[in-house]
Amino acid sequence: MTEPTGNVPAVGGLAPGAAAGGLVPAAEIVVTEQSGAPAVNATADQVGEPAVVESVAASRGPLAMEAIGLNKVFKLGRGAVLQAVRDVSFNLYQGAVIALVGESGSGKSTVAKLLAGQERPTSGEVIVDGKPINVRNTRSFRAYKSHVQYVFQDPFSSLNPVHTVGYDLTRPVRLHQPGVKDVPAAVTALLEQVRLTPAAQFVVKYPHELSGGQRQRVSFARALAAQPTVLLADEPVSMLDVSIRLEMLNLLDDLRTRLSLALLYITHDIASARYFADEVLVMYGGQIVERGPAEDVTQHPAHPYTQLLIASAPDPDNLGSSLRAGNVVVGPGGAIAGKAGNVGPAQVGCPFSNRCPIADDKCRRENPALQLLTPVRAAACWRLDVAASPVAGGSI
Amino acid sequence: MAPILEIDDLSVAYRSAGGDVHAVEHVNLTLNAGEVVGLCGESGSGKSTLAYGATRLLRPPALITGGSVRYRGRRITHGGDPADVLTMSHRELARIRWREVAIVFQSAMNALNPVLRVQDQILDAITAHLKLPKHEAREKAATLLDLVGIPRDRLRAFPHELSGGMRQRVMIAMALASDPEVVIMDEPTTALDVVVQRDILAQIVELKETLGFAVLFITHDLSLLLELADRIAVMYAGRLLETGTASAIMREPAHPYTRGLLHSFPSLHGARRELIGIPGTPPDLRDTLPGCPFIPRCSYTIPACSEVDMSLAPPIAAAGAGPDRPGPVTSDSHLTACPIVAPEEVSQEGVLS
Amino acid sequence: MKSLANIWRNLPLKAKIGVGLLGFFILAAIIGPMVQPYDPSAQTPLTMAAPSAQHWFGTTQEGQDILSQVLTGIRLTLELALAVGVIVTVLSVLIGVTSAFLGGIWDDVLSLITNVFLVLPPLPLLIVLLGYLSQQGQTPTIVVLSLLGWPWGARVIRAQTLAIRGRDFIDASRETGEKSWRIILFELIPNEISLIAASFVNTVLYAIGASVALAFVGLTNVNSWSLGTILFWAQTDSALQSAAWWWFVPAGLAVALIGTSLVLINSGLDELGSPRLRATRGTAKVAGHKIWPTDPTPVLAQLQGSRGRIGSFLYSFSRRSMLEGNAAGGDL
Repeated sequence: MTEPTGNVPAVGGLAPGAAAGGLVPAAEIVVTEQSGAPAVNATADQVGEPAVVESVAASRGPLAMEAIGLNKVFKLGRGAVLQAVRDVSFNLYQGAVIALVGESGSGKSTVAKLLAGQERPTSGEVIVDGKPINVRNTRSFRAYKSHVQYVFQDPFSSLNPVHTVGYDLTRPVRLHQPGVKDVPAAVTALLEQVRLTPAAQFVVKYPHELSGGQRQRVSFARALAAQPTVLLADEPVSMLDVSIRLEMLNLLDDLRTRLSLALLYITHDIASARYFADEVLVMYGGQIVERGPAEDVTQHPAHPYTQLLIASAPDPDNLGSSLRAGNVVVGPGGAIAGKAGNVGPAQVGCPFSNRCPIADDKCRRENPALQLLTPVRAAACWRLDVAASPVAGGSI
Repeated sequence: MAPILEIDDLSVAYRSAGGDVHAVEHVNLTLNAGEVVGLCGESGSGKSTLAYGATRLLRPPALITGGSVRYRGRRITHGGDPADVLTMSHRELARIRWREVAIVFQSAMNALNPVLRVQDQILDAITAHLKLPKHEAREKAATLLDLVGIPRDRLRAFPHELSGGMRQRVMIAMALASDPEVVIMDEPTTALDVVVQRDILAQIVELKETLGFAVLFITHDLSLLLELADRIAVMYAGRLLETGTASAIMREPAHPYTRGLLHSFPSLHGARRELIGIPGTPPDLRDTLPGCPFIPRCSYTIPACSEVDMSLAPPIAAAGAGPDRPGPVTSDSHLTACPIVAPEEVSQEGVLS
Repeated sequence: MKSLANIWRNLPLKAKIGVGLLGFFILAAIIGPMVQPYDPSAQTPLTMAAPSAQHWFGTTQEGQDILSQVLTGIRLTLELALAVGVIVTVLSVLIGVTSAFLGGIWDDVLSLITNVFLVLPPLPLLIVLLGYLSQQGQTPTIVVLSLLGWPWGARVIRAQTLAIRGRDFIDASRETGEKSWRIILFELIPNEISLIAASFVNTVLYAIGASVALAFVGLTNVNSWSLGTILFWAQTDSALQSAAWWWFVPAGLAVALIGTSLVLINSGLDELGSPRLRATRGTAKVAGHKIWPTDPTPVLAQLQGSRGRIGSFLYSFSRRSMLEGNAAGGDL
């Protein structure tokens, strides 16, 4: 297994070996700088020509939300800091699904929380309706919630065990649709929208009487009660059985078409992202490392990390061969190392350089910004040409 | 193929004031030495109840209402008769648990004690079952961590200081402490992302080849089993619906439920179409309706389905196919509980699309 | 109403006994002033008389009717205990929830205050304060007991609130746009009801014990007839030496029974609040046999053919069991 080389800064409070890897990423330091000449698209994409890279999603509907240069740094106490999100920029369009794919600790949930207004970015802006969002006090926060709703991941803890489904849905209707006179009818309509019928049966149920899938639908209904334009779904199906995931994703698809929602779908399952999303953004170590139309990114991944993700997803066309060939997963760009779980993002240079089979000295020194591949695709890698060509018989 | 754990017609129920909940009904499952058997089913299908019931780990009001479980590990039987797990006393069970049959529990974060260091927990497992002097036990703990690919300096860490993947590896290391013959893994990769999941699965395969134990892998994710398992058993509402080798299940899924499961995975490389999955919810296990429990969700159902007796038999031949394949029913045979629907010949490429 | 009926049905037997017992005393407290035959302080010439038709519980050395005193005493003691219970519960919930929910500097300050009150030595403080405050009925006692009783509950509720605050549904209600006070009152506290109820019952128990003890030592107003005061006078006038059992037994028994009923209720509440506790309530009965939580899963065939635990213990000594080798039906 590879241990990151280079200086491991003494982290106040953590054991010296701790930062070397294996820690929950929240405790690691990422002090990389985005260096090197920023490619034309890194800022140009967002400001200069934002439509270019996102043409796939932009065709679906009007612009709903812009995230511009978001950074989030957490102070861990005793001088230690965690750069959870670095320079993330993308747009959400009504009627389109953008998938944010990455492993635990990649920063994807933090991005969602920044967009939801639950956390304040260290720098960068979130623009809705042409204005930066204002969530300073309770009233402006509540007004913002009428536009942007966040759905939680865990169906088993996101519903209050002492309240019925009816109460959970009545509250947001009262708060966000104050003109509505017949609240029970609105609640029934919400339940029907998420296909929990007969609604009368579900209105009186408590969370412990519902299955995981049903609870998750209630969570969605609650979010929809606020009649938002943007829905941020943080791993909505990860904690459900695979046999019901599809139903839930189909429901989300249906909702976004019918209600013209701008949907941000956060997941670590790139296969479902391909199934469901218009555009895919791959995150690693707090940065976007690749982005593009879902089909292109999954069929022809450019960044070595994306290649690893694709190769790791269960693929019955490759029945067991990848598991039995001694931990080595062969991706389209050459052999990708397995045994990846012990090291976190590298602290100097490209965050993936300590796991990347084609990393060289430049990769380990300088963190690449997004390089434009086609007008709709970009990847943050110095060696995209090498990554793209198949390497015969390579292995680690 | 030497069988090591034979579960025969096992039934487990939970007794409650409102009646019995039939969590497992008449399940036959054989685990051979060194093989990986996958047990696949949704939440509430009874798969965990089956595994924990077979090792008698379930707490009241669980009750084993029928069947037998026989263990044939050589350390216990010395080549003689198999040991009957269901009639064992507490003391005899203690000899089998962990030393012969180990369990890797779901959700390592809940199974590891948050206030004990990793080293202490592994030592606990070692000293409870092996009589080793302290320094040897410590060396063994370190060796076990090496085995699962964790750096030795993690021995002194607390569980919350490790990532999800590492915690799961610690659980696996603990399970292997006494060199068991059978390792039961209950959803070991739930809540882990795909890259870590693949690492853990690869690690399991490697360990299995090195140490030679058999694995009963419980999960709701059939795609994992298709890659990992030698044989697969599909459970629904407490009953086995289909068993067979992984390739047979993948190529010719016989039971409509299995077929539905296979069509529930968005494909990575196949055509991008709308998938339906399996609509509906699993039944309430308190009222067992006559016949097949899958009737409410099955698209092939006919009136005769409510008279099916749910015993496993080779699949019926497809219309126009050749004569029935004769031959003995081995543990590798492809069996299904549906005598109505013929298996679908599915091409390799189209399987998940 | 339906949920109350549900709660009653789910209570274990001992809690039901507790509720019944306490109910009896509450009834006595309510109708006491209407049915008591005499004024408790009224003196009669019939001194130190054993129970009779005129005086069901006999009389004191001053000829006062003990039954009337006991009835008054039950009412006063219960009033005091309930008042302390309410004040303490309100204070501890207020401080515990606020410090946990707001966190930061608020948590530090409120926790400091809680800890300071916790370490105040109760008995010396009680003696000093009560000796100093003028005798005005029960109010000084209530005030002092409340001031000393709230920190325990506050700490426990704070811990529970911290645990609940981290759960998703609190964030989810914020996401819905609820105001903080609504979140505390309607989302958080309902999840702590069983803890608050148990804390309340505990506090009432503590108040009864403390007030009776204080009255017995003579620190409270000796002219108001709480149960402790009755015992004080009984002790002062040497009832024990005079074998005037009718003087101290009813009051003492009343205190003991009220305390017992509260303890029984509390144990029931514990189980009600935590369904997990209910399930692992020691042994369970499956198919007519007692199964301990650490026993292996019972097998029906074995249960039907087995002896009880004592039976198999004795059997294990028999020659046949040694010949057979493996013991069926469980072992010690």
